Amino acid sequence: MDSLFFGFDAVTLARIQFAFTVAFHFIFPAFTIGLASFLAVLNGWYVWTKNEAYLHLFNFWVKIFAITFAMGVVSGIVMSYQFGTNWSVFSDRTGPVLGPLMAYEVLTAFFLEAGFLGIMLFGRGKVGNGLHMVATLMVAVGTAISATWILSVNSWMHTPAGYGINDAGQYVPEDWWAIILNPSFPYRLVHTLTAAYLTTAFIVGGVGAWHLLRGRRANHGVRKMFSMAMWMAAIVAPLQIVIGHEHGLNTYEYQPTKVLAMEGHFESYDNGVPLILFGIPDQEAGEMRYELSIPKIGGPILNKGWNASMPGLDTVPDDEEPPVAIVFWSFRIMVGIGMLMAGLGLWSLWTRYKGRLYDDRWLHRAAFAMGPSGLVAVIAGWITTEVGRQPYVVYGEMLTSEAASPLDAGAVGGSLIAFIVIYFAVFGAGVGYLFKLMSRTPEVVPTGRDDPDNGPLRASGIVPGTQQRPRPAGSGSTQPAE
Amino acid sequence: MMDAISISLDLTIAWALLLAFAVYVYVVLDGFDLGIGILYPFFRKKDDRDLMMNSVAPVWDGNETWLVLGGGGLFAAFPLAYAIILPALYPPIIAMLLALIFRGVAFEFRWKAVGRFQEVFWDAAFIGGSTVAALAQGITLGALLQGIEVDGRSYGGGWWDWLTPFSILCGVSVVVGYAFMGATWLNMKLDGEIQVRVRRMARAFGIATVACIVAVSLATPFLEQEYFARWFSFPAAFVVAPVPILVAVLAWQLWKSIDAEERDWLPFVLTLALFLLCFVGLGISMWPHIIPPAITIYDAASPAKSQLFMFVGAAVLVPIILAYTAYAYWVFRGKLKPGEGYH
Repeated sequence: MDSLFFGFDAVTLARIQFAFTVAFHFIFPAFTIGLASFLAVLNGWYVWTKNEAYLHLFNFWVKIFAITFAMGVVSGIVMSYQFGTNWSVFSDRTGPVLGPLMAYEVLTAFFLEAGFLGIMLFGRGKVGNGLHMVATLMVAVGTAISATWILSVNSWMHTPAGYGINDAGQYVPEDWWAIILNPSFPYRLVHTLTAAYLTTAFIVGGVGAWHLLRGRRANHGVRKMFSMAMWMAAIVAPLQIVIGHEHGLNTYEYQPTKVLAMEGHFESYDNGVPLILFGIPDQEAGEMRYELSIPKIGGPILNKGWNASMPGLDTVPDDEEPPVAIVFWSFRIMVGIGMLMAGLGLWSLWTRYKGRLYDDRWLHRAAFAMGPSGLVAVIAGWITTEVGRQPYVVYGEMLTSEAASPLDAGAVGGSLIAFIVIYFAVFGAGVGYLFKLMSRTPEVVPTGRDDPDNGPLRASGIVPGTQQRPRPAGSGSTQPAE
Repeated sequence: MMDAISISLDLTIAWALLLAFAVYVYVVLDGFDLGIGILYPFFRKKDDRDLMMNSVAPVWDGNETWLVLGGGGLFAAFPLAYAIILPALYPPIIAMLLALIFRGVAFEFRWKAVGRFQEVFWDAAFIGGSTVAALAQGITLGALLQGIEVDGRSYGGGWWDWLTPFSILCGVSVVVGYAFMGATWLNMKLDGEIQVRVRRMARAFGIATVACIVAVSLATPFLEQEYFARWFSFPAAFVVAPVPILVAVLAWQLWKSIDAEERDWLPFVLTLALFLLCFVGLGISMWPHIIPPAITIYDAASPAKSQLFMFVGAAVLVPIILAYTAYAYWVFRGKLKPGEGYH
């Protein structure tokens, strides 16, 4: 289309719209994937040990889950229709390959989550602890299955495999296993799921740290959530660095241009590859300004020798290069946060060893500050991989610029503005409510009536199932041992 | 070769039926909970509204998932139709998505509202979101029925083609029909004083729904020659005649059942049947087109290999989904009492 909307053409606007809506959407599942598993663990522990401390912690986080999940659902429905509204050429041509994978996501994951969510939120009193545990597990499993299918779809767009092309120009399936288990999928799946678990751990840890800083050191729920989160940080964050590195090697094998942009290698090397730490990428001139680098160690990082040679972006045609600065910087943000996460995890191990996990105020301040760090890292990583495969939407096959719907710039621009205004207003309000729920003091001593400070899950009309006391107050009122 | 083609043809019909089933399930399930939002303005007390929302709070999420299956299934089984219909209906589709955001978050945010302004705001979001989503769905249906201009493998029409008196009529009809379904659902789930008022609503929206069905049914055959031939030429008319006759019979049964003291689940079930008949009527008009007047289900079908791969899974998974969905409804069965809730 030739028309412009405030100087932007329809394709650019459609790209901004997709980037905006997918980034916004991804915030919610990045949190709920981990949170669903956390809730399943808490509930399982409660059902197994009958220790009510875990029930209270479950009740604390399940309300946060409900709101976040609702925002994930409604922003996700937008995504499932946006392929058609804004990217109809892409939809027509990739539908035979990608459509079935998405249909499987709906059939195996979305229904499972949505079908059991009601029982998880409201059903404990109706179905008993056992079946309620099953429902909680189904929701957790559903979130992971959903991530599996959608990451398979996304990975196929990065490393397409197992397909042919028919007369209508559509990609058609030839080998479903090759399509689903395409080369980048296993790496992307593990890296992204781990990122989701870390994201949740840091949010939980940040909330725990905030309560500790407010002097709620004696609150068992606060201690428990902070301790569990710090274990996750200590174990999973270093693991994620290894996983991320493996994913990077896989990317270098299949999408070398992306890795060159991530590492900022404009020039080719014939005697050792440096590791560029920082610099200002100048894509026009094809060079890294103010480069700060360590000689030679870039080779071994990419499984090459100390004195290896490596072709740089100067060997790639200009129109096949991604926007280097965006990829270079977003990659650095992700990696930087990953290092900080691992650092915090190790720090927490040390204070735990010293017996000061609940006393080290600087640790608490750091954990509080890093509460949202997982979300930032996830979005930065997403930008790295998605911008890094440009100019293609299906890598090496289909240009992003050919994929858009034949829409008027005005139509796309108008809907973009509507999305931006409504997302910030609605989800902004939602995040406000989340903060409020997070700042409640977790319930400790069962009193037999709702703490007015906490408020029931359903303000009136309903006595929420999750707040039910499963046994008489007498038997459950003992302060649980640590 | 013949075998491959016949398998592909059969699969295409199977997928068309499966998608039609998904859309029908969506329409009746999300129909009644969108209907509750549409009925909100007639119930001003907060307690009443709490009760109405709670009657669907545990199930609305699953209900809406059928819409995602409709979209995802269309993308997978008929990608060409997905790629043409969504750009053609861009404004109503975007409006529906945004409306569903407001009404979806209202289920959670309404209970967290602090102060009068927020309460009023999220109630309005629930009402507006439900009504606009229903209206947009009806307009989408109308615009599809009246035909979409296709150019090669893309939408070939203008940006306001969807907006006609007929599509508006369909939009209003869906709003009215959902409100009716919401009323018969609430009649089943509530009792006492509020049930009396709900029944009043059910009667009013019942009459309006039947009027809308008549209006849309009379207008549809005049949209396309082919529709007209299907309904009014002999001997086809004999084959399709049971549909309008059954609609009349059902409408009469519904009218009687709403006031009956016993069996207050009956009006709801009859409403589902009424919507099924409307759906069958639509199918008769459109068949075998997925985008009237040019694109048939065969034109838009994805390759047999794609359809088969999914069909195997769907054949196993859809019954399982229906089973656990039914279980979730069973868990939350029975009357909701004011101030008492589920327990």
